[in-house]
Amino acid sequence: MKTIIFKTASAYLLPLLLLFSIFILLRGHYLPGGGFVGGLMASIAFVIHSFANGIDKTKNIMTFHPGFLMPVGLLLALVSGALPLFFGDTFMTGLWMENAVPVIGKVGSALFFDTGVYLVVIGVTLTIIFTISEGL
Amino acid sequence: MEILLVIIIGLLYAAGIYMMLRRSLVKLIIGLILLGNGANLLIFLLGKIVKGQPPIIASSEKMLGELYADPVPQALILTAIVISFGLQAFAIILVKRAYKVVKTDDLDEMNATDEDL
Amino acid sequence: MNNPYIVLPVIFQLFIAVLLMFSWNSKNIQKLISVTGSLIALVISILLLVKVNTEGIQIMQAGGWAAPFGITFVADTFSSLLVLLTAIAGLAVSVYSVGSIRNARVKFGYFPIFHLLIMGLSGAFLTGDIFNLYVWFEIIIISSFVLLTIGGEKAQIEGAIKYVTMNLLASVIFLTAIAILYGLTGSLNMADLSLRVAEIENRGLVNVTAVLFLVGFGIKSAVFPLYFWLPASYHTPPPAISAIFGGLLTKVGVYALLRVFTLIFVPDAFLSTVIMVLAIFTILSGGIGALIQNNMRKVISYLIICHIGFMLAGLGVYSSLAIAGAIFYLVHDIVVKTNLFMVSGLIFKFKGTYSMRLLGSFYKEHPKLSLLMAVPLFSLVGIPPLSGFWGKLLILQGAIEQTNILVVVFVILGSFLTLFIIARLWSEVFWKDGPELPEKKHIKYFNALKPLKRRAMIGSILFLSLISLGIGFGAEWVMRLSIKIAENLMDPTQYIQAVLGN
Repeated sequence: MKTIIFKTASAYLLPLLLLFSIFILLRGHYLPGGGFVGGLMASIAFVIHSFANGIDKTKNIMTFHPGFLMPVGLLLALVSGALPLFFGDTFMTGLWMENAVPVIGKVGSALFFDTGVYLVVIGVTLTIIFTISEGL
Repeated sequence: MEILLVIIIGLLYAAGIYMMLRRSLVKLIIGLILLGNGANLLIFLLGKIVKGQPPIIASSEKMLGELYADPVPQALILTAIVISFGLQAFAIILVKRAYKVVKTDDLDEMNATDEDL
Repeated sequence: MNNPYIVLPVIFQLFIAVLLMFSWNSKNIQKLISVTGSLIALVISILLLVKVNTEGIQIMQAGGWAAPFGITFVADTFSSLLVLLTAIAGLAVSVYSVGSIRNARVKFGYFPIFHLLIMGLSGAFLTGDIFNLYVWFEIIIISSFVLLTIGGEKAQIEGAIKYVTMNLLASVIFLTAIAILYGLTGSLNMADLSLRVAEIENRGLVNVTAVLFLVGFGIKSAVFPLYFWLPASYHTPPPAISAIFGGLLTKVGVYALLRVFTLIFVPDAFLSTVIMVLAIFTILSGGIGALIQNNMRKVISYLIICHIGFMLAGLGVYSSLAIAGAIFYLVHDIVVKTNLFMVSGLIFKFKGTYSMRLLGSFYKEHPKLSLLMAVPLFSLVGIPPLSGFWGKLLILQGAIEQTNILVVVFVILGSFLTLFIIARLWSEVFWKDGPELPEKKHIKYFNALKPLKRRAMIGSILFLSLISLGIGFGAEWVMRLSIKIAENLMDPTQYIQAVLGN
């Protein structure tokens, strides 16, 4: 599908979709959304780009292999889950900051956990898609 | 609604098992996917369906109204879907690799593991 | 008693896996992290067992949500004993992998996935929530899929297809059973389920659900007639991977059976007859299957099936003595089966083949090593005072006490089959004068390995053999522990009280 319209559109869609995926991620605590959906959306952004420009170009715009996001995300999720253990609470208890941060709202350990999920989902999905499409 | 879901679940299970009994590798994977979807719908059905009452507390209220949908089945299904997403992706890559290495998708011809080494 | 730290064996393994993923490209650092991590995990699980043994059942409510609404982790003696065994087997296999796993496989992420597998196993043993058990099972199978296929040889891929299909099917059946159980009771907490299932009037539906669980776990633990994926796949991956599979993967199915069929579904006469008949056929088909095989690893694979039958027979008899026997046998079997696959891998490193027809004169060439290898082999047969004897003795005692002649006969028959198979293996591989084997180019023989790698392989076998001997000679202590576990399983009020309070 190498049409000029799709190609031009994909160049604008990529940043737009990535931004939207972060919006979905942040919205997730009280409303529908969250790390998993946001991560899928972010990977869709790259998949659309790869449809328009070929997979090699998409790999080029990423400075590192998406697989690297997996340990980063896992570590973030693990730390945010295990943090309450240091305060004597049980694993995965939500810890919340006293005051709200502008724009984002009240920040708790759940947000970091969700961000971890977001990164892992991007890493896993893109790795799977790149592996499947190899040598097609 | 319930009766419709029951029929669909039955069909999904039946079709899944039928596909799994074929000899083609690709049909095997399709069968597994159908079975998984059937199981997810079964959780949805047995979690007692409530129409139009999501378990979300309105901003004007302090607690949930009297009748609301059970959120647990949804959480279970979401988890099961995420897991099957990963497993099926792996299974598809495995089938692709198997086709490349064994050069057939007929399960009856995959006998290398029974050879006497 | 609430204790937020019982989840440590699980999250520590995840932490090791993450560390390993960060050092993806340097294989030596990965090996170092894996071995040190496994050592620390062993210490953690010893502390857990000591704590549980002295202070009683420890529980943790994830996220602070009280049972039965949240996910509960429960460390009773049974769970923490199995977590300890997982850590022991994990340490041994991790050290063995340092010696035997090829660098190409390390590059594809062997070590991180191995630790994710151990994490899944520890999680499955510790969880007190039936759906969470499903999630841990999925983590176990997906990491085992990757371990099974790493390397991508033809036999591996074909074995993996059979393994993947049967395990995915088992998961679907397990999920279906959970769905029906949730529809019946509206709960997922195992302690809560135990109370609620007992109150259900419609016993027919409860029995159907129980049978669905039996089939789901039965596939995973390789019970007759659903065992055929096991001998088709366990001999295909490298020996280190076979070792962890053979030692732990089927045993987690047995653990689930023991837990679910004592806590949630108490077998009635029909169900225990079904379990007993399955056990008998499992013993027979495993034993007879092993008789005709020529590949050493296939023989051990069939022996796994045969001995799953012993544990199932303990559950089928359903008295606290027989279940204690099943638990003792489980403890012994995890250590010995892991060790046997490592032994077969070491023999392969010397000889370059698994075929018993071609092997031979191993005793003449390596007498000391042969003596070391004799320990797991003869523990498996159960020559007193080695470890296999005591578990079988308890199962037999339990069966005689219940005048269950069928189980007595077939457990004894299974023991004789095992004796015959091991004797044949011993004479074929160790005593017979073997033919001269041609040097194969693509195999790295033992003498070509670095001294550190050699020591790692032999050291891990020595470690597990010592533990086997320890179980045999310290049988009194293990027996007391298993009888205590069995009594707690038969009378789960303590468990339920610990989880639900009051």
